[in-house]
Order: sequence, then C-alpha cells, then structure tokens
Amino acid sequence: MDAESMKNLAAGLTIAIGAIGPGIGIGLIAAKAVEAIGRNPESQSKVQQTMILGIAFTEALAIFALLFAFIILFL
Amino acid sequence: MAAEMHVSLAPEPIAHIGSFVITNSMLTAVITTILLASGMIIASRQIKLHPAGGFAGAIEALIETLLDQMEQVFGSRQRALYYFPFLATLFLFILSNNWFALLPGFNTIHLGDVPLFRAVTADLSATIALALVSVVLTQVYAIRELGVMGNLRRYFSSNPAMNILGVQEIILESTRVISFSFRLFGNIFAGEVLLIVISALLPILGPTPFWGLEIFVGFIQALVFTMLTMVFIAMSTDKEAAHH
Repeated sequence: MDAESMKNLAAGLTIAIGAIGPGIGIGLIAAKAVEAIGRNPESQSKVQQTMILGIAFTEALAIFALLFAFIILFL
Repeated sequence: MAAEMHVSLAPEPIAHIGSFVITNSMLTAVITTILLASGMIIASRQIKLHPAGGFAGAIEALIETLLDQMEQVFGSRQRALYYFPFLATLFLFILSNNWFALLPGFNTIHLGDVPLFRAVTADLSATIALALVSVVLTQVYAIRELGVMGNLRRYFSSNPAMNILGVQEIILESTRVISFSFRLFGNIFAGEVLLIVISALLPILGPTPFWGLEIFVGFIQALVFTMLTMVFIAMSTDKEAAHH
C-alpha cells in the first residue's frame, strides 16, 4: 500500500472510530433529557439548556477526531 | 474533483506590511469588528425611554435576553451587569463571525490564488486567542473578587493530601485553553469543509440544508463558548463556594 492510500485510510478510520463514542454519548444525553422532560414538562427550558451544553462537550470529541482526520488529509 | 476543492487548514497571507503578514482571516476580523461596533453605536444613539422598536429595539431585546440568561447563572442582576460587557462582547463577536462567514463570497472571491475572506473562527490562532482571554480573565476576576490568597485557597489548603487535587485542578483549568479553542475552531472549520465538499458534490440545492445546519452550529458554538466562560467565571468568583 502506498503512502497516499494509507493516508486516506487513516483519515477515514480516524473519524469513523472517533465518532462512535460521542455518538453513544449524545444519544444517552438526549435520551435522559427526553425522559426528564417527560417526567417534568415544566422543566423543559432548563433541561434543554443543560442538554445542549452537555451535547456540545461530547460533540467536541467527535470534532477533535474530525480535525485530526483533516490534518492527516491536508497536511 | 479533489483538485477543485480549495481547503487550507491555516489562514493564507493576502498582503504584507514590512515583515508583518496580513492574513485573510485578519481582514474578516477587522470588517466584522467595524460592522459590529458601528451597529452597536448606532443602536445606542437611538435608545429612548419608550423604545419605538426597529433596529435599536431589536438590539435591546437581544441584550435583555443575554442579561436575563446571565442573571440566572450569576444569581444576581448586579453581578451579571458587572461581567456583562466582556461576556456579551465575546458572544456577539463569535456569533457575528460565525454567521458572517456563511455569506456568499467567502471561499469564492479569490485574490490571486488565495480566498480574500476566511472565517475568523476557522483560524486556530484567533480561537486560541479567544480561549486565552477567557481563561486568563477568569483568573483575573477571581483574584479581583477573592484576592490573591483567596484565589490560591481555591486550589490549596492546609491539608497536604488535598493539594494534589489542587494541582490537578490547575492542570485541568489550563487545558481549557485547548478544549475551548479546538471546539470552536473544529466546529466552524469542519462546517466550512463540509459546505465546500457538498458544493462540489451537489452544486444545486445540495448545500441548502447544510447552510441551515451551519447557522445553527454557529449559534450553538457562540452560546457554548460564552456559557462555559460564564459558568467558570461564576464558579471561580463565588465568595461562598470559596470557603469550604
């Protein structure tokens, strides 16, 4: 395998594996938030805010993986 | 196809003044700063006791929403007002830059070989600068509020076993620079690349939903950056929480 195809493969694998964890994490956050809103609909705005913050934290990991994929591809 | 797509991780130089390099993201930063500042100055001139609506009214509603949000985090209106100028500037600067970069012309107008405009938040130097300002100012506010000793007491106590946790806390706070800057840079840069790739694959109507997504992401990232800074400032300047 030459260096170019190795690079492409590495970039693809970086984001593919890197997206698994955050994917599960965001799913868990959203599931719990929906559960909380279902139990206590009045708390929707507060839960939503915390949920978005939590998702942003989790999503950052996926974005790191994406960044490294870009760095492998373009640098 | 890959040859048509122009993606660069770093901002590209468009001009030189002596040995000082002007990059395309710096040009955008100056433009958005001027637009934002002049917009705010115009709005502030139109403030009346009974607002008539229009531009000033819209800005006032925005400021009021931000302030209400901050009041919830800080606990009191007075504290919120004290930190308001910094946090609101941070929010509006990041938001306007994120959204400004979605205008047509970005990545399409070229000066020689390089695009004339580039989103400021898609430049790692800019986001590191913003993250440094956020982290350093959190410490400055904590020292101002609690004093130098009070600030140190947040990390260290007379109990030597707890000091390891303090050191850990300091390391944790310094890594915030990395997480803050990479989160913002990564989201906006990835969005830009996404739009470029989709535009190359499906030039007609293809990018439209992604444009909507980028508007949402731009807002969320500005909100997250400001929210986190706000929460960290509120935590580190809390007088009651410092004594325990």
